[in-house]
Amino acid sequence: MSANILEITGLTLDYTARGRTLRALDAVSLSVGAGEAVGLVGESGSGKSTLARAALGLTPAKTSHIAAGEIRIAGRDVTHFSEDEWAEMRGDPVAIVFQDPLSYLNPVMRVGAQIAESVARHTPSLAVAPRVKELLELVKLPAACAASYPHELSGGMRQRVLLAIAIGCRPRLLIADEPTTALDVTTQAEILALLAELRRQLDMAMLLISHDLGIVAQACERIYVMYAGRTIEWGSAAAVFETPAHPYTVGLLRAAHADRDSDGHFVTIGGDPPNLAITTPGCPFAPRCAHALPQCATSMPGPVTMGGGLQTVRCWRCRPDASHAAADAAGQAP
Amino acid sequence: MTASLLEIADVSKTFKRTRTEEVRAVRGVSLSVAAGETVALVGESGSGKSTLGRIALGLLRPDSGRVLLDGQSLYELGSRELRRARTCMQPVFQDAAAALNPRKTARDHLLQALGARDAAAVRRAVELLDSVGLQPGSEYLPRFPHELSGGQRQRLTVARALAPRPRLIIADEPLSGADVSIRGQILNLLLDIKRASGIAYLLITHDISVARAFSDRVAVMMRGEIVETGPVGEVLTSPRHDYTRRLLAAVPALPSQRAAAEVAARADR
Repeated sequence: MSANILEITGLTLDYTARGRTLRALDAVSLSVGAGEAVGLVGESGSGKSTLARAALGLTPAKTSHIAAGEIRIAGRDVTHFSEDEWAEMRGDPVAIVFQDPLSYLNPVMRVGAQIAESVARHTPSLAVAPRVKELLELVKLPAACAASYPHELSGGMRQRVLLAIAIGCRPRLLIADEPTTALDVTTQAEILALLAELRRQLDMAMLLISHDLGIVAQACERIYVMYAGRTIEWGSAAAVFETPAHPYTVGLLRAAHADRDSDGHFVTIGGDPPNLAITTPGCPFAPRCAHALPQCATSMPGPVTMGGGLQTVRCWRCRPDASHAAADAAGQAP
Repeated sequence: MTASLLEIADVSKTFKRTRTEEVRAVRGVSLSVAAGETVALVGESGSGKSTLGRIALGLLRPDSGRVLLDGQSLYELGSRELRRARTCMQPVFQDAAAALNPRKTARDHLLQALGARDAAAVRRAVELLDSVGLQPGSEYLPRFPHELSGGQRQRLTVARALAPRPRLIIADEPLSGADVSIRGQILNLLLDIKRASGIAYLLITHDISVARAFSDRVAVMMRGEIVETGPVGEVLTSPRHDYTRRLLAAVPALPSQRAAAEVAARADR
């Protein structure tokens, strides 16, 4: 427990806009151990980026509200931290890189100065310049890049600059939110290799958020699959990829493999991504699920551990008591 | 080899960045698409594949070389003849939200593409919506783009592209930005259209798995040139060019394709 750098327990987060409330996260629990690489997979609207922002206190204060649960970073309960308290946490022990480096870099400021700016907070002023040089080396950028403006750099180089800023304060946990989505495959491979190397060198844990199952399979030891604001399956990456148990995970994997049916059609998950405005007491995937049971519409099953404890899933079909589940559903949700 | 529907012959295009700096986006490229054939044009950003797509669509005049559509040289036609010739070739772009007018309904978009507003055109619009899986079509006619999901919007742009009964669709990254579950739906739609109408596709993509799953032939583009071309099985299983090999190696692999299929089979029982 104390070894976990990030520990999210039963986190429920609502967004409110124009009088409507959307439940973006619904009782999500997730942990990242020290030095561990954990993947978070899901489609758009699954809540994965909201989770990333919540872990850094970056969800908008005016429109979002943590209704339940807690977030602990390095053992400290940060759930209801003020902006000042959060400022102490960001950079060290936890930092983040986003998908689109261009929108997070200042276009009229040289990148060396931008790296220095974040380093300066945690470093004596005389040591800043050498540290910037060292960081550029760590992310494998030529020292001359410090004098460049963001628009003069390629997409891959900009992402390296963002990484340099993120690791500048020696975080123990790096949250990477779709860090390679905007990049070409060859550049993506370089950035993933760099992330792996930095993790090893700096003994840093990583929460890698992606919709690309291949990336997560390659980079992570454990994964969580999210759907409509809930974690529906999690466990060791090997176990979940080898023997996916939740029909949504199965569907995602088959779609990612571009599997074809006997008719030559691609295997897809039918229907549309979930609409968070429509809340259901049941499993949010049930309307799209080919294997839905009657109780799926009325109650969300509790977690069931499978595969010798390597994998956990929330699906009625995977519960030993599935046949009695209807009765269970008539009672209260587990 | 039958006569090509689209024949791009030795086309070059150079953009001027500043007075002295030039970008040679496309350098002497030749590529053909036969009737009913699906050709994937694969490459990274900056390889010139979208520029080539725009040249093929008649949207960007090349500095040299010719584009023959059904034997007619596109850039030697007058503007009225070009517009007529172009109806047999339709584009589908990446960002469906940007390709649709936010203040016009599905009905407006389709009637405009059909070039008529009478009852027959409306019936045809409903048919088109039905054919792209927006069923029942009549229900989707009055919808604005913001009332559709991302996948539905892309379906609408496909319906619009089909309106003039084209023989070739040039699709520039029609799937990037779409979630995996949506990606398969759109690919199936393109596949069904091909089976039903024998349409040809030039599919521009950076996603090799899409090229592999969907096309008959692949052309790999790098720095303005096509470095390798051939049947999809050949190019992607035994690539000759070093760049193609690097592209293939860079795609993150998923473990155990078979295991997933087995689990699915078990779930079906």
